[in-house]
Amino acid sequence: MDDGEWGKSIMTFYEFEAAKALREILKNFNQGIFVVHISEMPIKCPVAPLEFSFLADDYFKKRGVREQITIKYVTPLDGAFTKPKASKSLGHLLTEKNIEIIPDFNVERIDSKAKKLISYDGKEVGYDLLITVPVTKGDDVIGRSNLGDELNFVPTDHHTLQSKAHKNIFVMGDATDVPASKAGSVAHFQADTLVDNIIRYLQGQELVANFDGHANCFIETGGQKGLVIDFNYEIEPLEGNFPFPVIGPLRLLREGRLNHVGKLIFRWMYWHIILRGWPIPGISNKMSMLGKKK
Amino acid sequence: MANLGGKEVEVNEGGYVMHPEDWDKAVAGDLAKELGINLTDAHWKVVDYLREQHGQGIEMSIRKLGKSGIVDIKTLYELFPGGPLKYAAKIAGLHRPTSCV
Repeated sequence: MDDGEWGKSIMTFYEFEAAKALREILKNFNQGIFVVHISEMPIKCPVAPLEFSFLADDYFKKRGVREQITIKYVTPLDGAFTKPKASKSLGHLLTEKNIEIIPDFNVERIDSKAKKLISYDGKEVGYDLLITVPVTKGDDVIGRSNLGDELNFVPTDHHTLQSKAHKNIFVMGDATDVPASKAGSVAHFQADTLVDNIIRYLQGQELVANFDGHANCFIETGGQKGLVIDFNYEIEPLEGNFPFPVIGPLRLLREGRLNHVGKLIFRWMYWHIILRGWPIPGISNKMSMLGKKK
Repeated sequence: MANLGGKEVEVNEGGYVMHPEDWDKAVAGDLAKELGINLTDAHWKVVDYLREQHGQGIEMSIRKLGKSGIVDIKTLYELFPGGPLKYAAKIAGLHRPTSCV
């Protein structure tokens, strides 16, 4: 890749400065092929590029230029998301918003002069503006310490969060290789198990294997709507009500205005409730099946 | 259920073998045929490596395979066109790779 195009026709939203620069570029993007691209899994949060695509669609509509712009979503996964049911729902939303999904695309290189992505098996996707999610790695300090795998993630027991190689190390969040998202909600739920197990380890007690991969997140879909998903290692995102059965008030895996309001309320809850360590009613670190339709 | 390697084998909706003990080389051969792949020594090197790594509890990714010295990524795509890791894992009688969330 020719780095000269980085920050011009090739952008990312994963760093603060890059995101600010992208905002300026988007203001002047009026026509052409707009590609949102994931290089390689895992990424910090598999929802983020989807949400970005939905919001870009909304933004271009508001600016009255959407009809002159083709949006493509290029992913190494075989669908919009990592779990089949959510992949179907989210894929449907992409189609509804006229966003073309190009699955099973493993990028080998970017020809930045010809402005195209080229996959290992010779497929090509042209772009005018490329928003890419670069390869996501753990911190260099983990690489230097030889604690990590080839992507600097520490091999970790999925349920106790203890390092597989070193019994006196416990791992969560961006540092671990457990097959869960590296999003805030996951780290939040992991913290309960992690703290519990560090105390148990120090006291010579048996560890608890109770982290179940629980993740939940709001996905803004544009037009002041959103959807909510709640899932873990075993159980993929399902439809239903959240966090309470029947009354919800949020609806899982369905686009709606209330879910968007939920996200706005959550922003307040994050700073005023979660950061203080207070529990949120109806949401625990282990996923609940209450209110979910199998 | 699917008829693979001359016997009835339970598979999931994606066609992946449900019970590891059902897998043998004949089953692998039929799974490969379904994907339009004729297994050669080069394919078997990848399949055997995946099974060996799985036995050690290691989750495989395309990147890991590319760095394994067994096969480079370009060749991997030539051997298992379209979805190298998921097809190779399927033929190896393993679950769909979860190198994702």
